[in-house]
Amino acid sequence: MLALQYVRSVPAYALVRATGGNARVATSDLSMLHLGDIEEPEPPGRSWVRVRPSLSGICGSDTSAITGHASLYLDPLTSYPFVPGHEVVGVLDDGTRVVVEPALGCRVRGVEPACARCEEGRPGLCENVTEGAIEVGLQTGYCASTGGGWGEVLVAHESQLVAVPDALADEAAVLIEPFSCCVHAALRGAAGPEDTVVVLGAGTIGLLTVAAIRLFTPPRRLIAVAKHPFQREQARRLGADLVVAPDEVFQRVRFATRARRLDGVDRPLLLGGADVTFECTGTARGLNEAARFTRGGGRVVAVGMPGEEKVDWGPIWQRELTVMGAYAYGVESGGRRTFDLALEAAPGLALEQLTGPLFGLTDYREAIEYALGAGRLNAVKVAFDLRDLRV
Amino acid sequence: MGRPGAVIEVDRNTPPTLFHYGEGVRLEKLPLGSRVIYAPDPIAPIAHPERAIRRALGHPLEDDPLKALLRPGMRLTIAFDDLSLPLPPMAQPDVRQLVLEEVIELAAAAGVEDVHLIAANSLHRRMTEDEIRHIVGDRIFSTFYPDRLYNHDAEDPDGNVLIGTTSQGEEVTLSRRAAESDLLIYVNLTFVPMDGGHKSLATGLGSYRSVRAHHTVDTLLNSRSYMHPPDSALHHSCIRQGQLIEDTVRCFHIETSVNNHSFPAIANFMQKRETDWTPADQAAFLAVKQLTDLAPADVKRAVFHSMRAPYGMTSVQAGQVEVVHDAILETVRRQMLVEVEGQTDIVTLGIPYLGPYNVNAILNPVLVVCMGLGYLFNLYRGRPVVRQGGVVILAHPCRNEFDSVQHPSYIDFYDEVLSDTLNPAEIEERYEKCFAEDPWYRQLYRKSHAYHGVHPFYAWYWAAHAMQHVGDVIVVGGERETVHHLGFKCATTLEDALEMAEQTVGRYPSVTHLRLPPLFVADVR
Repeated sequence: MLALQYVRSVPAYALVRATGGNARVATSDLSMLHLGDIEEPEPPGRSWVRVRPSLSGICGSDTSAITGHASLYLDPLTSYPFVPGHEVVGVLDDGTRVVVEPALGCRVRGVEPACARCEEGRPGLCENVTEGAIEVGLQTGYCASTGGGWGEVLVAHESQLVAVPDALADEAAVLIEPFSCCVHAALRGAAGPEDTVVVLGAGTIGLLTVAAIRLFTPPRRLIAVAKHPFQREQARRLGADLVVAPDEVFQRVRFATRARRLDGVDRPLLLGGADVTFECTGTARGLNEAARFTRGGGRVVAVGMPGEEKVDWGPIWQRELTVMGAYAYGVESGGRRTFDLALEAAPGLALEQLTGPLFGLTDYREAIEYALGAGRLNAVKVAFDLRDLRV
Repeated sequence: MGRPGAVIEVDRNTPPTLFHYGEGVRLEKLPLGSRVIYAPDPIAPIAHPERAIRRALGHPLEDDPLKALLRPGMRLTIAFDDLSLPLPPMAQPDVRQLVLEEVIELAAAAGVEDVHLIAANSLHRRMTEDEIRHIVGDRIFSTFYPDRLYNHDAEDPDGNVLIGTTSQGEEVTLSRRAAESDLLIYVNLTFVPMDGGHKSLATGLGSYRSVRAHHTVDTLLNSRSYMHPPDSALHHSCIRQGQLIEDTVRCFHIETSVNNHSFPAIANFMQKRETDWTPADQAAFLAVKQLTDLAPADVKRAVFHSMRAPYGMTSVQAGQVEVVHDAILETVRRQMLVEVEGQTDIVTLGIPYLGPYNVNAILNPVLVVCMGLGYLFNLYRGRPVVRQGGVVILAHPCRNEFDSVQHPSYIDFYDEVLSDTLNPAEIEERYEKCFAEDPWYRQLYRKSHAYHGVHPFYAWYWAAHAMQHVGDVIVVGGERETVHHLGFKCATTLEDALEMAEQTVGRYPSVTHLRLPPLFVADVR
C-alpha cells in the first residue's frame, strides 16, 4: 500500500534539527519521512478491523515530529517505523463511515486487568502502552503495528471506532479527533460562568477549544488570541466574545479583568488577570505569557503540544498557578465518551469551514509545507485526501 | 501695529496654502474662489512684564492689594495652570514664572512661611520635574520642589474634599490643601477664550466627581461654542462651581494672556501668510518638508516637541475672578477674533503635531479627533464656519499609534469602546464610569504620567457638537483602517477629498481653509 512512513534515524534527525526544522529539508529524501509502498498492517486480533482512511489531518504534533521539534520524552513511547496520521475519518470494509479514537489503552491492547487510568476512562494516560498485542505507542499514528491515517489502510480495534452520521461531511468529521481533545481540555479547565477565559493561539486546537468552551463551560467572557485574519474571523464565529492580536494580549486581558499591568524587563505582567487560560500554541512564549496574565490562583491548561521549552517558573510559583496538561480524551466526568460529546456538537459548528486545502499523499511535501504555514495562508486544518486511492 | 486677521480669496496668483500634517507639513492648491482665514498678527507685548505684574498685584480689580491679604502664620496656596497651555510651550521665562516670583516675593516680605505651589493639572497627566521646572523657573523649583511644589492629585482620597453642591446639583471638590488655606491664589495663562476664569479652579484643582458635572455630552452639545463662554453651558457650570469655591475659601485670581507668536524663528514660515514668505521662509519650509518626509518618527517628534514659542505677554490682571477674567478676555479676543462673512459648505484644516493633551507625545487618533473636531472646529463665535450638514476635511497621517505612558486608557478606549460604538452619548452611558474607576488607570494617573482613565471620553465629547453638526468628515492622508475605525472617510489627496465632499454638499461647494495655528476665533456673521 502507499503510505508515508516515519523512520527513526539519528543522522536524519540531526540534519533536520540543524536546519531549524526547515520544511524542505524535513520532507526531503534525507529526512525521517518517506513515501513508499509498504506492507499493509495486519490486524493483531479478532476484534480488529481494517479502516481505509478518507481524510487524514496533519496535526501540529505530526509537524513537530517531522521538523524535529517534538519532545524527546515521547520517543520511548513510540515504536518505529510508523505511519503518521491520527485524525482520521475513513470507511470500514462494509462501507461504514467511522472516525478513529486513536488512544491505544488497555482495552485496545487486550491487557487485563486494565490499568487504573484506563479504569478511570482515561486511555490517553494508559500505563500499559508497552504491553499487549501491539507495539509501543500512545496512539494510532505513533505505533508501528497499527498503521496510520497517512496510508491507504490502518487497523483499529473495534472499541476505537465511532460511526459518523451521514449528515456530517468527511471534511467536518476529520476534525472530530482534535475537537475531542479540545472538549476534554475545556472540561479539564472547568471555567465557571463568572470567569474570564483566554484561549491563546488560533490554529486548529485554539479554534476548537474556543468552540468547546463556548459549548460546554461558557464563561462570562471568552477572549481568543489570534494572529491571522481568517483565524480571527473563525474565532469570532465559534464563540469568542473578543478576538485580540498576540501583541495586544496583555492590554486587552488587563482591560477585560480590570487588572493592573506592570511592565517588566522582558515582558509585562498583570496583577489580576484571566481566571483560566488555555495555552494552545505549545510554545515557550505562549506558556510564559499565560503565566503572567493568568490571575493568582488561576489555571493554565496546556492544550497545544509543547516541546522542550524554556519556561520561567517564577510567576507559576509566585501566583500559585495550577498548570495542567490536557491530552487526548476518554470518558468524561458525566460518564459520556468525549468522542460522543464532540460528534453531537459538531453539526452545529460547520467544522468543514476549517478544513482545507486537501492534498494527495504524493503531494506530501507541499502539504507539510502548507500545514507549517497554515495560519498566514488562511488555512486551519490541512489534510490528506485518500479517497482517490480507493477507486 | 500688526495686521488684523484676514479672509483671503484664492485666485490664480495665490500661492499654495500651508497645511499642517501632524509631524509634517504640506502645501495644497485650494480651488479658485476658496477662502483662507488667517489669524491676526501678534499684538504688541507689554514692554516690561514684571512691572505690569507688580502693578496688577498692587492695584487689583475689585479686591484688596495682594500685599494686604498676606500675613505671617497664614496658610497660602498658589495654584497655576499646567503644561496643556500655551501650545507650543512658551520659551523661558514663562509668564507663570514671572507672576509666581512676584507673588512669592510678596509673601516672603510679609513673613508668610507656609506656602505650597500646586500645578492645577486636574485629570491631566502629572508633569515631570523638567516640565514643572520649565514653567516655574529654576529659583522657585529648587526652593519648593518636591515638598511644597507638586502636581494636584485628583485621586488622592485624603487630599480632596467635597465642599458642596451648586444650585444645579453639581458637586464641587477641591484639593484639601487649597480648601484649608487662608488664601488661595490662582495664576492663569489664558491662551484661548475657553481658558481661565472660574473654570481654572473648578477643574484644575477638582476631581472626577466635580469635573464630570460639566464634561458631559449634553453640556458640550449645548456649548455653541465653548470657545465663547457666554454661549457655553460648560462655562456656566464652571462659574457656578467657582462661585461655591469662592464662598468656601478666600481666592485671589491672577490672569495673564499672551499674543499668538507661536513659532520660533526657524519655523517662522508657519507664523506667516504664504504671500509674505521670503526666500528664507521658502527655504525653511523646504528644509522642514524634507526633514519630515524622510526622518524617522522619533526624530521628527523630538524636533517638533523641542520647539518653544516666543510668546509675549499682552496683559495681566489680578483681583476678583470674574472681573479679571472679563478684562483678560478682551485682550484675548483682540488677538484672536477674525470677522468671517457667512458659513461655508466645506472647511479644510491641517491638524498640527500638538494639542493640549500630547505635550512630548504623539497625537493619537482619538486626540486627532479632539483637536480637529473639538478644539479647532469650535474656534468660532456665533456660528461654526462650516454650515450644518457641511463637510470637514482634516489633514493628518492619523496613524494607529499611542503613547503607552501618557495615554494608556486612550488605547483601550480606541480598541474597546470605539470598536463598539462611536456615539458620544452611548459611550458616556455605557463606558465612562468603568474607565473612570479602573484601578489601574487610577494608579498610572497617580504614580506615573498618565492621563486619567476618563480622559479619552472627554476628548471624544469635545467633538460631539461637530459630529452632530457636520454631514461628513474626511481625513486626507490618514491611515485608512484607523480613519475608518474613527467613523470617518479617508482620502489620499485634497482633490479626492473635495470630490468626495461634493457627494454630501453638492456640486460647486464653497470652501474655507482655516489656516491655523497661529490660532484665531472666527466671528461668523
